[in-house]
Amino acid sequence: MSLRSNVLDLRKRKKEVQKGGGDKAIEKQVKMGKLTARERILALLDKNSFHEYDLFVEHAAKDFGMEGKTLHGDGVIIGTGTIYDKPVCIFAQDFTVAGGSLGLMHARKITKIMDHALKMRVPLIGINDSGGARIQEGVNSLAGYGEIFFRNTLASGVIPQISVILGPCAGGAVYSPALTDFVFVVENISKMFITGPSVVKSVLGEEVSMEELGGAKVHAEVTGNAHFYAETEMECFDQIKTLISFIPRSNLKKALPHKPKNPLKGVKVEDIVPADPRIPYDMRDVLKSITDGSEFFEVMERFAPNIIVGFGRMNGETVGFVANQPMVLAGVLDIDSSDKAARFIRYCDAFNIPIVTMEDLPGYLPGVDQEHAGVIRHGAKILYAYSEATVPKITVIVRKAYGGGYIAMNSRHLRADFVFAWPTAEIAVMGPEGAANIVFRKEIAEAENPEEMRQQKIEEYKEKFANPYVAAAQGYIDEVIEPSETRARILHALQVSENKSASMPAKKHGIPPF
Amino acid sequence: MAEEKELKNLVIQGAVYKTTYTQRFENRVKYITPDPNELYSFIPGTIIDLFVKTKQKVKEGETLLLLEAMKMENQVRMPFDGEIVKIHVKKGEVIPNRHLMIEIKPTK
Repeated sequence: MSLRSNVLDLRKRKKEVQKGGGDKAIEKQVKMGKLTARERILALLDKNSFHEYDLFVEHAAKDFGMEGKTLHGDGVIIGTGTIYDKPVCIFAQDFTVAGGSLGLMHARKITKIMDHALKMRVPLIGINDSGGARIQEGVNSLAGYGEIFFRNTLASGVIPQISVILGPCAGGAVYSPALTDFVFVVENISKMFITGPSVVKSVLGEEVSMEELGGAKVHAEVTGNAHFYAETEMECFDQIKTLISFIPRSNLKKALPHKPKNPLKGVKVEDIVPADPRIPYDMRDVLKSITDGSEFFEVMERFAPNIIVGFGRMNGETVGFVANQPMVLAGVLDIDSSDKAARFIRYCDAFNIPIVTMEDLPGYLPGVDQEHAGVIRHGAKILYAYSEATVPKITVIVRKAYGGGYIAMNSRHLRADFVFAWPTAEIAVMGPEGAANIVFRKEIAEAENPEEMRQQKIEEYKEKFANPYVAAAQGYIDEVIEPSETRARILHALQVSENKSASMPAKKHGIPPF
Repeated sequence: MAEEKELKNLVIQGAVYKTTYTQRFENRVKYITPDPNELYSFIPGTIIDLFVKTKQKVKEGETLLLLEAMKMENQVRMPFDGEIVKIHVKKGEVIPNRHLMIEIKPTK
């Protein structure tokens, strides 16, 4: 035999295995409106950049008649490639092969590429499309999940981990995405739940469809499990590429700089924000008035929209933005928004991304439901996250900064590096209405016309305390700036902070209020 | 998203803010102070047995009914010495969570 025939034999073998579950199964996959695992990888990565490993791996099941069966690649494709010319490690579960079910070898392939990603310090992208554990492999499939979860945890905060849910992801399988940094879901395709609708019905008598229980929208809007929502797989891949362009490859690197751009002309920041702190506006417009090219890439757009988190660039460098949104629930902190912001702050801190905080909030949301659901421990997360972050931290107080909310939103007291305030800023223990009622309780009660007295006292309090100058007199804010100076001040603060050196006391790890 | 919504009032510490609500905020469960004379289900399930009748006098700790849920039989017991005022469930009935099952009153 010549070498040529060996090569031809190799090609034949590859072609056979690359068909995955075969034509019929692929047809089914297409009918469900889904791309195949291989198509997904090729669509996401740079052209001709994908290299596959463990193509010839076979399953290891010995029971229930599995020993005679072949499962190409054991239902998962792993490999390396590039996105915008930068390397990534990737795996994609192949639903056409035994429903993408996870057995011993399937898990071994995934953990192999995970180990690789961690060792090489490159991002890991996992595309999930699997019916779950391969029951025939019993405890070996459970072991497989455990090995994956363990590696997710090891890699957390070292390399970016991205999970893409493009099919079912049920039972224990959901915990790998939950342990990763960013979860992407697609309308009608993604399904995530611990127990499916049939179990929920038989045990609890609650009727719910798969989409209502764990569809893309539910996870993007209600549960907060998903960070990005797309209508199609291709839109989802575009989102992943954009995200990759904003984040560094590992915790040892900085995000790659882009060409600096000015914000678009015609976006005037002073025209966006009304002076009356009770009138709303869209904080995203303020963010777009200060970022390069007026571009802002929002994370968790649909979940807890009373706080905004996401990435933008300032002078070409990636910045993480955290901002109250007066347009939704007056921008209050509550359980969900605290959780959302805290997680994002910790992400930025782990990956060397400076944090800019734009503040305008009346405090924490009152209510029995919030108190009973644990707003104390959840609200504490944001304090913890800001306090522990050692990346450059810059705060701009746009309008209200009342009470606990003022402290929580990266105040000087949590070691903000720069605190700027607009002249519209009101830094006070609470809003004038509430404060007047307490401070002047006696005067108001004893007045001939209590309502008139109340209004008078509110005005008095407003005059005296509803401004940035009381806090400025204490040095709690560094400077009162004109709104139009915001971008320039942030740029300068970032420049000054470039070699910031700050650290936490040596410890194994803290105990954040999870 | 937010722009299309009508602005509503949100009162925080006496100040009225114009803003929009989230679905979650609108769907929040209003807190009601529990009435000790009303026994509600604490889990969805099936009433598999009912041991009392209206106007029956019952001692504290006596089992009133069995609520089967999650493959467990939960005994619902009388919280104090008293009387059955009204029964809102039937044997075999499948009930949701927070469903009024029995009204009672204490003996004077």
